[in-house]
Amino acid sequence: MIEVRNLSKHYGNKAAVDDLSFTVSPGTVTGFLGPNGAGKSTTMRLILGLDRPSGGTATIDGVEYAELMEPLRVVGALLEAGAVHPGRSAHNHLLYLAQTQAIASRRVDEVLDLVGLHDVAHDRVGGFSLGMRQRLGIASALLGDPRVLILDEPVNGLDPDGIFWFRNLMKYLAGEGRTVLVSSHLMTEMALTADSLVVIGRGRLIAQSSTEEFISRNSEQTVTVKAPEFNALREVLTAAGAMVEVDDTGTLTVHVLDAVRIGDLAGRAGLVLHELSPRRASLEDAFMERTHDVRDYDVRDTVASDPGPDPCLPVLVPERSTP
Amino acid sequence: MTASVHGTALATNIVRSDVATPIVTGDPHASFANLLRSEWTKLRSVRSTIWALVTLVVTTIGFTSLLSWLAVSQWDTFTPLQQQEVMADPAGQILGSGFQFSQLAVCVLGVLVMTAEYSSGTIRASLLAVPRRTPMLAAKSLVFAAVVFVVAEIAAFPSFFVGAAIMNSRAPVSIGDPDVLRAVIGAGLYASVLGVFAIAIGTLVRHTAGAITGIIGFVLVLSPLALLLPGTVGHHIHAYLPTVAGQGIAMTAQRSDDLLTAWQGFGVFGLWTTALLALGAYLLKRRDA
Repeated sequence: MIEVRNLSKHYGNKAAVDDLSFTVSPGTVTGFLGPNGAGKSTTMRLILGLDRPSGGTATIDGVEYAELMEPLRVVGALLEAGAVHPGRSAHNHLLYLAQTQAIASRRVDEVLDLVGLHDVAHDRVGGFSLGMRQRLGIASALLGDPRVLILDEPVNGLDPDGIFWFRNLMKYLAGEGRTVLVSSHLMTEMALTADSLVVIGRGRLIAQSSTEEFISRNSEQTVTVKAPEFNALREVLTAAGAMVEVDDTGTLTVHVLDAVRIGDLAGRAGLVLHELSPRRASLEDAFMERTHDVRDYDVRDTVASDPGPDPCLPVLVPERSTP
Repeated sequence: MTASVHGTALATNIVRSDVATPIVTGDPHASFANLLRSEWTKLRSVRSTIWALVTLVVTTIGFTSLLSWLAVSQWDTFTPLQQQEVMADPAGQILGSGFQFSQLAVCVLGVLVMTAEYSSGTIRASLLAVPRRTPMLAAKSLVFAAVVFVVAEIAAFPSFFVGAAIMNSRAPVSIGDPDVLRAVIGAGLYASVLGVFAIAIGTLVRHTAGAITGIIGFVLVLSPLALLLPGTVGHHIHAYLPTVAGQGIAMTAQRSDDLLTAWQGFGVFGLWTTALLALGAYLLKRRDA
């Protein structure tokens, strides 16, 4: 359980994190969502005791991170990839971390196997790709078999195979009752991974809810209708209180009324339907809707806005941490 | 990289009952020993350490041989006063001729031990493992001091014997002479404290280039500068400068105008180092990583 209470962090006049409160429960993957520059990384660094808060507290199972005697056995963290001395091998990087809390050195080999870095364990990290560094970061997070995981943009730089693997890993870890907080600016990724969401913008909480709830609450349901006599149907539906848009091909987009009601009305009017499909906005759309006013710049420039069929799309845009 | 990472490999080795232990545990002595082990791994696992330590040994012995040979071959061009100075403290001359150059390797490596953590970002991994921070700095300083001491002695003893053999015709000296053994061991002690001094500067400055400039200022620039100050004020400031005070431990004879004895000087150097390290620890704890 991670509890964040009235957390603030100011850099000069600018509040990177502004009176932020939320909790992250064990047993679920919680997505930490926000546009670039929203304060996600800063919040994670505050939880992990790397930065000093300007106000408020962050605790892990009731204890501040800095008070943990053997923190790696309690909390596993992944911050920016590549925070490793380039001249050190992956094995030695993990070994020195393990030694700080007397974690057996065979655990180092285990986590290297787990993330698929076994063959390059003794190579210098300087020669690693972004994806390999990310895997090393994941290995270091898992090193102490922690019951809380705090992962900042973990799938950045992973190939589709790696993203698939990592998504399952997070679900597996949460399924074991661990607390998993994963930040991302990729809505589609979170829709597939996270059970619940903490959404922030400009350092402030926008929403905390289950992923389902967030989408349904923040996106309007519409129904796409195709009918040969679409003008007649449009009049029927409008008379019943619907808002109807018609495009060039005669396809109707119906607001307010649901599919059942539209079907009933058409049937009663004796109108033939060729298509009747409910459309619910994706998490991406919901997110865009909710963060529209708080984006530092438009996220659509950097993120594929199409929530389409390929959620494994590799992401090559590493997010820079907040100032 | 292997491409064999799939969801199916998941179930292996994530849960490890023998890894998990209670949340707040620990005997502070045992945990400090863990930190020493960890810092030793950090130090030995980067190439710059090996290079700097090899440089320390090679330049110490090399410059000692070269300068001792030059002193002997140029002996007749020395003024009687210069000759007298060498004969009064041949051990100090021998050790000083090598270490005045090789100490820079200790300075650079000591700075890097800290600043490389910042430049690579490893500092965040390190501080996540040791969120109290100051124990990490203490362990780092201790391990580095011990390693530098051992390596500096590996340089100091051969240097002394080679230098003494070369100088034998003009300024004979033996390891059994008064204070000579203390001076040879003292050269290692000086290098060791200098290493911690460099770590302290690295902790304060955090950037490699700035920290190296800072420590070279202390070691090479400040001392001749202080000598330019007029009268006894300059003399006092010079004597209490960290490295000037510290170098007395690697000499056998005091000049008549020396303000500090060998051990007093070493104590002054130790105080400087402790003060800077304490300031470094305070800032390490306060600053965002």
